[in-house]
Amino acid sequence: MSRTDRFHSDAEVQWCPGCPNFGILTALKKALSELNQSPRDLCLVSGIGQAAKLPHYLACNFFNGLHGRAIPTALGIQAANPQLTTIVTTGEGDCYGEGGNHLLHALRRNPDLTVLVHNNEIYALTKGQASPTTPVGEVRGLHPQGLDLTPLNFPAIAVLHDAALVARGFAADPEQLKTLLVEAITTPGLALVEVIQPCISWNPHPIAWYRERIRPVPADHDPADKVAALRLLDSPEGRYTVGLLYRGRPRPTYGDRFRSAHGRHPLAELAPPPTAVVDQLLDAFKRS
Amino acid sequence: MMDCNIVIAGAAGEGVQTVGEVLADTLSALGYAVFSWQEYESRVRGGQNSVAIRVSEAPVNAPVLEADVLLPLNSGAYQKYVSRLNPGGVLLAAEGYRDPTLVVPFREIATEEVGLAIAANTVAIGALAGVLGIDPEALERVLDRHFQNKGPELIEANRRAARLGHERAASACRLADACPWSFPARDQRYYLTAGTEAIPIGAVRAGCRFIAAYPMSPATGVIKYLAKHGEQLGIFVDQAEDEIAACNMAIGASFAGSRAMTCTSGGGFALMVEAISLAGMTETPLVVLLAQRPGPATGLPTRTAQGDLLFAVHAGHGEFPKAVLAPSGPKEALHAMVRAFNLADRFQVPVIVLSDQFLSDARFSVTDFELDKAVPESFPADPAAVSRYQRYALTPDGISPRLYPGQSEHLVAADSDEHDPDGHITEDLAVMVPAMVAKRRRKGEALQRAMRAPEAYRSEDADELFLSWGSTRGAVREAVDGLRAEGRRLGMIHFSELWPLPEFDWPTGKRLWNVENNAGGQLSSLLARRYRLSVHGSILAGDGLPLTARTIRRIYNEQN
Repeated sequence: MSRTDRFHSDAEVQWCPGCPNFGILTALKKALSELNQSPRDLCLVSGIGQAAKLPHYLACNFFNGLHGRAIPTALGIQAANPQLTTIVTTGEGDCYGEGGNHLLHALRRNPDLTVLVHNNEIYALTKGQASPTTPVGEVRGLHPQGLDLTPLNFPAIAVLHDAALVARGFAADPEQLKTLLVEAITTPGLALVEVIQPCISWNPHPIAWYRERIRPVPADHDPADKVAALRLLDSPEGRYTVGLLYRGRPRPTYGDRFRSAHGRHPLAELAPPPTAVVDQLLDAFKRS
Repeated sequence: MMDCNIVIAGAAGEGVQTVGEVLADTLSALGYAVFSWQEYESRVRGGQNSVAIRVSEAPVNAPVLEADVLLPLNSGAYQKYVSRLNPGGVLLAAEGYRDPTLVVPFREIATEEVGLAIAANTVAIGALAGVLGIDPEALERVLDRHFQNKGPELIEANRRAARLGHERAASACRLADACPWSFPARDQRYYLTAGTEAIPIGAVRAGCRFIAAYPMSPATGVIKYLAKHGEQLGIFVDQAEDEIAACNMAIGASFAGSRAMTCTSGGGFALMVEAISLAGMTETPLVVLLAQRPGPATGLPTRTAQGDLLFAVHAGHGEFPKAVLAPSGPKEALHAMVRAFNLADRFQVPVIVLSDQFLSDARFSVTDFELDKAVPESFPADPAAVSRYQRYALTPDGISPRLYPGQSEHLVAADSDEHDPDGHITEDLAVMVPAMVAKRRRKGEALQRAMRAPEAYRSEDADELFLSWGSTRGAVREAVDGLRAEGRRLGMIHFSELWPLPEFDWPTGKRLWNVENNAGGQLSSLLARRYRLSVHGSILAGDGLPLTARTIRRIYNEQN
């Protein structure tokens, strides 16, 4: 059995044949294998969309919940059991659109999560409407005159708010994406990994078009330099820059204070408090 | 039986709550059953608010609007509340609004005799104690505790303020021969608790380990209590960015094996509704405390209502089992929280506990919480007993063995899509989809069999029954007793578990009245649906104030 086979799932894959999502799945399996991750300690959390189906396609614990709500669900899972490796697999519609508020506030909490965003610049499952990252001017299902909304730059937002790690990969380059995912999963705190994932059904450009434009992070880029990371992400070529963009200063992660008092056990292992404790809480309401 | 209602009224920020709290604590410490409730405007300063303190020898735990003693802290409060003063009641004020008024110039005494202007309220508290014949030393003990962090000088100044107020009011009482009350110390102690305290303590008792919520009156107190005490007790507390996040966070924590809850009011609950449906579909236990306030929309943020019963019962798209409970007071609320977690765990469903602003904020006297009858029960599966784990295994009662991720080698998968027993997406309309629909229905039937019948009070020989639910119980019982004294043969059937409604042997040949603090008669529509009952008449309010026995009796008598 090859190491990636440990994650084999029998579920029927519902993606289009040839979808770059397969490259993301491969990269994730390889990263998890390299980290010697066991499926029992892995929990994938997703919302709705094509990316959100990913947890079905590898052996793991998973919660495939509501559109846009993977991050809060993952926060609850992580609060309840920090021993799990928790990964959010999501698309930009799910995570930057419907659930954008949750990603913003996750940046404040700094949970030990990897948020893997398949960015295909389109709503694929609902057949090609504009997403929060669709370029201005594209003609889309609900924008027959051309899109007149500007795209969101969430990697830049994540840098601004000191995400633990911000990286971008290319779905057609699973080897590099694997390396970025290994970094992301092993970094404590919130790691945002955006993946350029051209949609072969609804995007206007073929994969080759993207391949021509993809460029690596400049060799002299210092991921610890926040201003440089912001400048890079704000530049015209920033949209197609792949690699490790930013590594934030270490800071406390979600639940650290709680864990320092109560340990890293799953909350499920704690028995209800003894009656005496409840009696004591109630006694505060007896006056003397 | 002695029954005295003291109303303190004034602007927000003027100290109404503090005066009320100290007086309630003093009477409780003397061994009396105190019931206090407050009504306030949705503002931090100004407006006119009131606290009512009803004191008796045994718990009544029902509100009355009318005052035996009224203390207005300003002239606006006097004008707003004077009509509530009972004939023969005592008006205590800093100036002579009308004759007779017991005049105690709080501010002048504080400034000139104590030398501390901010002690005016303590003068007022002392004066109230004087009117009520309360031993000044009993008041002093409570005041000392109240000011214990303020230093010895302030403690002494407040003692002096209280003594002066007490002396002045007591002598005014003697001159006017107006104050018949006295409260000698009794050998009895009640818990004096609000729902907003008993509910989180119930969650602690139940073994809740996670709460996420977004602040919203009148539910905020629940997460506030747990934010203060929870971390020490091993409860993970998170203030979510919105109610959608809060509910999904609780679902995530519960999926990962922790007992988890959220709390909110109607508007926030509206945002949670999709997640309620998610809990139903993924069969994740979830407890939601829904503290009602009048809607629609923002409504009256600081007032009370029973307007969300049907909303709670119907919350969530699609069809799935859920339970709705509605406790009537703090003791029942503590028990209801334990019950809610137990039901959620056993049937793997969302459970909604309905309280309201009245139950949240009013302080009730409780003799004994009977914790031995509020016992957490959980229903975990044994990973060792499972060979091939299926989260949604089809079983006779629809309840599948529940494991959590990381617990064992067994992988746990939950899906909001229609799914197969393994938790994978299915569109097998011929076999799998109907099997899952039927599974959830079987679970709902099992849940219905577990629900508790309503409480019957004086119903055996009754010709007429009041049908009620939730926090109006005390007022309805009091109305039944009052109307019995008038010769009416009335009884009460009171629901604390509202959905799914259990089998119930309805007595026949009685005139039925639904009594609810809403305008639409929501309980009566549920009963019509479930039992094909029709009511003879409705006693409904829905004006933002708690329902009182006097209001119930008035509306009843108007219809007879």
